[in-house]
Amino acid sequence: MSSTGAPAPNGSTEASARRRKQGEPLLPQGPARASANVCQAAGCLSLGSDRLFEAICERVQAKELKDVAVRRVGCLGLCAAGPLVAVPEQGRLFDYVAAEGPDGPARVVAALESGPYEPGTPEGGRQVDQDPFFAHQVKVVLERCGAIDPESLEDYLASGGYEALVKAVTEMSRDEVISEVVNSGLRGRGGAGYPTGLKWRTVAKSSGPDGKFVVCNADEGDPGAFMDRSVLESCPQQVLEGMAIAGYAVRAERGFVYVRAEYPLAVKRLTSAIRQAEREGYLGREIAGTQFNFSVEVRIGAGAFVCGEETALIASIQGGRGSPRPRPPYPAAAGLWGSPTLINNVETLANIPSVISRGSSWLSGTGTEHSKGTKVFALAGAVVNTGLIEVPMGLSLRQIVFDIGGGLPSGRHFKAVQTGGPSGGCIPEELLDMPVDYETLSKAGSIMGSGGMIVMDDKTCMVDVAKFFMDFCREESCGKCLPCRAGTEEMYRLLDRICRGEATRSQLAQLESLAQMVRATSLCGLGQGAPNPIFSTLRYFRDEYLAHIDDHICPAGVCEMAPELVTTGHHAGGEK
Amino acid sequence: MSEVRTLVIDGKDVAASSDQTVLSAAKESGIHIPTLCHLDGLSDVGSCRLCMVEVEGSPKLFPACATKVEEGMKVTTNSDRLVAYRRNVIELFFLERNHVCAVCVANNSCELQAQAKALSLTHFELPALHPELAVDATHERFVLDQNRCILCTRCVRVCDEIEGAHTWDISGRGVAARLVSDLGIPWGSSMTCTSCGKCVQVCPTGALFEKGRSVAEPKARRPYVPYLVEAQRRLS
Repeated sequence: MSSTGAPAPNGSTEASARRRKQGEPLLPQGPARASANVCQAAGCLSLGSDRLFEAICERVQAKELKDVAVRRVGCLGLCAAGPLVAVPEQGRLFDYVAAEGPDGPARVVAALESGPYEPGTPEGGRQVDQDPFFAHQVKVVLERCGAIDPESLEDYLASGGYEALVKAVTEMSRDEVISEVVNSGLRGRGGAGYPTGLKWRTVAKSSGPDGKFVVCNADEGDPGAFMDRSVLESCPQQVLEGMAIAGYAVRAERGFVYVRAEYPLAVKRLTSAIRQAEREGYLGREIAGTQFNFSVEVRIGAGAFVCGEETALIASIQGGRGSPRPRPPYPAAAGLWGSPTLINNVETLANIPSVISRGSSWLSGTGTEHSKGTKVFALAGAVVNTGLIEVPMGLSLRQIVFDIGGGLPSGRHFKAVQTGGPSGGCIPEELLDMPVDYETLSKAGSIMGSGGMIVMDDKTCMVDVAKFFMDFCREESCGKCLPCRAGTEEMYRLLDRICRGEATRSQLAQLESLAQMVRATSLCGLGQGAPNPIFSTLRYFRDEYLAHIDDHICPAGVCEMAPELVTTGHHAGGEK
Repeated sequence: MSEVRTLVIDGKDVAASSDQTVLSAAKESGIHIPTLCHLDGLSDVGSCRLCMVEVEGSPKLFPACATKVEEGMKVTTNSDRLVAYRRNVIELFFLERNHVCAVCVANNSCELQAQAKALSLTHFELPALHPELAVDATHERFVLDQNRCILCTRCVRVCDEIEGAHTWDISGRGVAARLVSDLGIPWGSSMTCTSCGKCVQVCPTGALFEKGRSVAEPKARRPYVPYLVEAQRRLS
């Protein structure tokens, strides 16, 4: 191997002058007294954080601050308050740093120059360890997000990256690696929560004449979810390391990352990460001087949500139409081109390096009895702190929404929190104290899902929410099996009638029985899960459905009733 | 290599080989499970969901055509729940396109119609979708009527697996999924179609038919695909 863990000297640290090319970090000679980490993930970039980075660099250069660093980093978490700049030495985070004009960069540079200032002031920023948004979080997957340059392998190596892979291939047998994953209790983070170690063992024991494959499922598509995108944009090497360890454990030599085309930045950073890792010998042939070979290719989706379903994903990678097929055989036995294939989600794989380097008991020490470790959520909707969070399993929804999320914007009242995307459900206020883990969420009629979490306030109509998700599912149904193809369309039309106040109680009963049928008979998870938003909203908010049907009123004031039903003043209940 | 498996289907003891599906094991024992997308001799896709059966010990339903037999399996093919779902399936098939039996070439020789009759489906509970659909009559001998297509993909499979032409495929998704020839060009201008007519023969409804046929003209339905498969096997 050509490189060890030490960071390579950067071209910009040359003694003469602190010259640098655009986009390159500005680094001091020797350790930095203070550094500005400027978020370069999609959310902040859309607010001009790349220009902000340049502006801060220019200002630092103009002021000739010799012991100050300016770096490009991944997601800093508090996406709604971007552009974000962190000054880790001072434990401060600057939010809403204006990218245009001199004020934003000046604020940051003032802090770099002579901070730390009193927190809460413009030059003081937010004090991270006192901020409830950060204080409740435990970062495993997001450990390096916002701390390192996503496009720098050196940064990744300097933060302990690839130590787990080297340890696995040089010191551990394949079975030991799998045992560590089994013992950690890690479960699939893509939504279903299948035990990761068991899946690895199954693939390890399967054999195929043409080798085996490892696939990273990065086809994240739930409305409001951006966990996998942030991980890939912020620390793609961590996912690649997880894949390589998986490849070693199950004896696979080829890996694919299936990432949706809607994530161009993730694709770009992933592609560059693969190139760098290959160049330095962490991917490719004879990894760490052993006989183990592992290469990774990127495959880009074409906009179909259903391709997150593993059999559809396989069909898509093979160049076919992205539609699922009945299981069994499961991909672990017959996946890509009929060979045993291990398919794990981005977040699952990003957990692996920690499991190997720190040991299984380290991960299993966090979380609940059956849900170990942490979970990344994309917190969105009617909540003050929108952003990316990572919390230990078992934290209560109330803590997530009100402590980390900062509660709802003033004057608005909590109604429900939606988890699990279009196959998930809405959890009402009375269940807010329940712990977030796979079993509890499922008992409450929702699912863990991939990590989308949408907070809804009293101005949200739950029938409208059900209709929104059904609209999504009918759009995304591949059309292969009848119950999903025609059933989602019929359910959507029934929900639309209810929203317009035109439905009867017998049509509500029809909707329920159709939802049962679609859940029981659909071919894949998309169809089987599509009725879930209906079931969960009916379970907790049936009175809202009845208000639309009997009284032709939308209690939240969202749905527009059909014109002929709009009466003057009082409701027209019982006229039908 | 296949081994013998013994299982119970609807209370009846059944012996099958390990590579058989529940559907074929049931058929051999004289137990009828309704199907639409399945056709002997073609691969199974499990898309019509009509052959769903219950397996003791699992809350899930399984498509009999795509589920291999297992030792000790206890299968139920005809519970009230299954019959109710089958009626829903047939109803949805009728509602998603425009199936007007009275003016359909396949009247009385239509498998969808036969299933509806067998399930005593007399009316529809849900509203029909009434899509506006085209009829492709550009081929010199055959017609594709999208109004009657149930997307069972028998034509796609017979063309690909038996004829080897792969003229047919599915385009679009969800309720907008459509059968297309080549890359969506009119059937008549298809460069790959050999005009063999196998797709017309396997179509369960009146979606693919020969020009010049009259409404309700009896259509011979011979299960001839297995013979073609056998012939191909012997020739190769």
